[in-house]
Amino acid sequence: MRIAIEHQIVHRPTLRGKAVVQMLRLTPDNSDDQTVVHWRIDVDCDARMRSGRDGFGNAVTMLYIEEPVEAVTITATGDVLTSDAHGIVRGSNETLPPALYLRGTAATPASEAVTAFAAEAVRHCDGPLAMLHGLNAAIHRRFANDGKAAAELLSVEEAGPCDLAHLFCTGARSLGLPARFVSGFVAGEHDARPHCWAEAYVAEIGWVGFDPAIGLSPTDTHVRVAAALDAAGAAPVAGEAWGDLVPLTGETQ
Amino acid sequence: MLSRTASSLYWLGRYFERADFIARLVEATVRLDVLSPRSAGLAAWGSALAVTDTASAFAEGGRELRRREVARFLTVETCHPGSIVRCIDMARTNARAVRTALTREAWSAINRAWLHFEARPGAEDPTAVLSLVEAVKNETRGFEGAVHRMLRNQTTWFIRLGQAVERADNTARLLDVKYHILLPAGERIGGVVDRDQWTTILQTVSAVTAYRWLYSDGLKPSNVIDLLIARAELPRSLAASVEETVDVLGQLARRTGQHGEADRMARVRANRMSKTRSGDVIAGGLHQYLEAFILENAQLHGAIGRQFKFA
Amino acid sequence: MGTIAAFDEIMGGLDAAAPRPELAALQRWLDHTPDTELRRRQQSAEATFRQLGITFAVYGESDAAERIIPFDIVPRVFLHDEWARLSEGLVQRVEAINAFLDDIYGERKILRDGILPPDLIFGNPQFRPEIAGMRPPHGVWAHICGIDLVRTGPDDFFVLEDNARTPSGVSYMLENREAMLRLCPELFRQFRVAAVDSYPDRLLATMKSVAPHGVGEPTCVVLTPGHYNSAYYEHSFLADSMGVELVEAADLVVDDDIVWMRTIAGRVKVDVIYRRVDDDFLDPLVFRPDSMLGVPGLIAAYAAGNVAILNAPGNGIADDKAIYSYMPDIVRYYSGAEPKLRNVDTWRCREPESLAYVLDHLSELVVKLVDGSGGYGMLVGPTATRAQIEHFRAALIAEPHRYIAQPTLALSTVPTLVESGVAPRHVDFRPFVLTGRNGVEVTPGGLTRVALREGSLVVNSSQGGGTKDSFVLMPPEPDSWVQTQTQTQMSQIQMQGDR
Repeated sequence: MRIAIEHQIVHRPTLRGKAVVQMLRLTPDNSDDQTVVHWRIDVDCDARMRSGRDGFGNAVTMLYIEEPVEAVTITATGDVLTSDAHGIVRGSNETLPPALYLRGTAATPASEAVTAFAAEAVRHCDGPLAMLHGLNAAIHRRFANDGKAAAELLSVEEAGPCDLAHLFCTGARSLGLPARFVSGFVAGEHDARPHCWAEAYVAEIGWVGFDPAIGLSPTDTHVRVAAALDAAGAAPVAGEAWGDLVPLTGETQ
Repeated sequence: MLSRTASSLYWLGRYFERADFIARLVEATVRLDVLSPRSAGLAAWGSALAVTDTASAFAEGGRELRRREVARFLTVETCHPGSIVRCIDMARTNARAVRTALTREAWSAINRAWLHFEARPGAEDPTAVLSLVEAVKNETRGFEGAVHRMLRNQTTWFIRLGQAVERADNTARLLDVKYHILLPAGERIGGVVDRDQWTTILQTVSAVTAYRWLYSDGLKPSNVIDLLIARAELPRSLAASVEETVDVLGQLARRTGQHGEADRMARVRANRMSKTRSGDVIAGGLHQYLEAFILENAQLHGAIGRQFKFA
Repeated sequence: MGTIAAFDEIMGGLDAAAPRPELAALQRWLDHTPDTELRRRQQSAEATFRQLGITFAVYGESDAAERIIPFDIVPRVFLHDEWARLSEGLVQRVEAINAFLDDIYGERKILRDGILPPDLIFGNPQFRPEIAGMRPPHGVWAHICGIDLVRTGPDDFFVLEDNARTPSGVSYMLENREAMLRLCPELFRQFRVAAVDSYPDRLLATMKSVAPHGVGEPTCVVLTPGHYNSAYYEHSFLADSMGVELVEAADLVVDDDIVWMRTIAGRVKVDVIYRRVDDDFLDPLVFRPDSMLGVPGLIAAYAAGNVAILNAPGNGIADDKAIYSYMPDIVRYYSGAEPKLRNVDTWRCREPESLAYVLDHLSELVVKLVDGSGGYGMLVGPTATRAQIEHFRAALIAEPHRYIAQPTLALSTVPTLVESGVAPRHVDFRPFVLTGRNGVEVTPGGLTRVALREGSLVVNSSQGGGTKDSFVLMPPEPDSWVQTQTQTQMSQIQMQGDR
């Protein structure tokens, strides 16, 4: 599938009157089932950009704007060719072993409630792959239309669009399976929108994607951009939430 | 040099200079109040508060205007920025931030001054107050000497720039508050109290001897005003402070190769000042003149911050 | 409360009637100098320290916000051959630490070879995935190490802790020596003491040696959290004696993957940063997105190879208490030889068998928090009260994974001036080891910390410990190549007037 992406972010620096230094994760990488035909990042003011990689192996773009600005509009545009691999990720740029992705983070802390939920979800599943599919389906069934219930389970005020993927990561890790958060785009009928999902590691298969928002593995509609332990590590703009993800329905306001 | 370092050095100069000024002011006030043949009473202390711009801060605390209270307030009270202890504390905080730029001698003088207050001295009777301000003056003199013995580099110039800007402000305030004593409207001039008041002013700026050297016709208000405004021979006069500011900025420009807004403002001011005669100032209104001077000095302070990127 | 029989570094064994022959002169000096004279000199030194502002802040004490660390006038002495053996062990250990860090953030051969359990690394918050794959210029990670040692016999040194992040205390080594030269010059005529005063030059040389490739005359800076930090004096002291700028995060700005500092004349490029701030506060874009501290973009500049950071980010994995017990294996793996410095036996309480043993032997052991420092959260079994032991028993049962336990070592003692006169007190030792592009060197001296309370084994300054000068003796034969402290002493004293 050929997916055309045009995504705009308006970034408002928190420090007024200072030069802007930001780290962007907005560039998809090539893998066996994802080919970037062309890609560019533009900003609407004088800026310098440098590309590099973060510790997780994601492509990053450092954005330097010397003159203080109120707001800067960052636009990522490009074409990506994808093929359906049943969620299996092959040929991705890996810098860290799967074992790292068993650790919790501030956004994905180990919790008894999540552990119990995950254990219940996989009660009848046999083998890691089945367990992960079971967990993914259970999260989708229970929370995709009930943000309030997700917030309760995670003991947070409000569950956001990233929390289903966080929940999947925490649940999979509680089962002893490495899992990580993925940010990217998903193609819709008319355009591609920002989206997030999760990946878990299954021995002898490798990293496999799970999208709890649809209760299935990602298909050729998903364009993978960055992966990390949680949303903060894969954020398109470092230190900022990805504001225009599709919100959870039934989200507590 | 780091901009932050330059800013700290400048503020160090300002605060230590201010501590020295308040110490002299308190000392002169104690003398005026207690040691003169006719005590000037509480009015002397009230005007000391006015000079340091702390009269309202003093009143806010519900304090009564009593000698002991004011003396304590201006020396050891930590709750407002206009006391010696706070000025020294601020000077030391800035000095710590640039510890590497100072010599041990300069740092030690600041630190010793600070330690005098760490011992929590009382300011209970005039003797205790006098011995405290004497100790502070010793350290500020020591610091002054240490700065002059430091390498003639940017470090020294920024400290001296802060001192010069502060000194100009302090002397102008002193004169401004006491101007009604110097130029009383329709009252007899030359009584005993007035002589003591004038002497107080001269003492505060260490100018008693200088006055005798420069004026042979006895103690006269117009001479006092002339000395403090227009005589560059007196280090604490406005003329001297203004010249010093130009000088120091010139030294900095030579080191950094940069001239800026602050240089221009300082030169314009000095040029105007060199043509100022105290007689004209008195005729045109001393208070108005001093108010304008204080404002211009504050604007120069802002320009210095911009030129050396203090923010 | 019991006291512990210990090796005395001057008298030797417990019941020795005479001092060790090499140190007889020190004993004679102690015998012939009246206590009142020693006390006078000690007070003079402390007065100088106070005047210079060599202070530290005690956590949780707002009142005595700035204190000086007590200084003891009686030096501790290392014999030449003792030191030579100790140095070899330190070099071997620090080389292994550097090799380990280069490996664990790179190829991770040590895990593939099964030397360490992977979860010990990957589950450890001190392993920072954020910098995985980044390599510091010239592959040096732990440029400045402070290895904490204790001693129980003439050649029995044990490593207590490897400090490979931002070890402090080197300013005390230098200031204590200055004080000793001024107050006890006669000792430097008796003993040929190796000079330590070249440390700042060596540190600067180390910094320059690891500058990014292709930088001609590198600009070096010291990065401090600011003057409210308890070690600020040391930060300023080091910047001062190296003649480099002491910067705070706000003085630095990254542009185009290059680090600049803000000066009155505009931006100046920075090549080497000796940072005395924790990883968490280096770069908010990478480590702590919620933090307003730090230099945004610093890690990008580092990843691009445009700046050297000393010590490298991520080093915490090498000196973590959980890794400590594996250090002998790590040293063996990278050096291919037996470790020359021993570890203290350590029980990891997260292992049930160890926990059972520890609970059974609380009154004999030292129990420590894995993530504690500064002597807080520590139980010294033999000198603890019954109530303290029961308190720790409950804590251990509740959260065993947070604790490790070690046998109580009979830390060596050194004569120390206390209220009642000169008496033995327990000491530990922190030597400083520098690693540059051209290898590892051990500074001939270090920081000796002394527990001033009788029988106490806790030497931390926050817990009432003091410091001593540490003499390293030169070889007995005059050496025409290396300058001794006696030779540099006069120039030092003459220079004291300057700064």
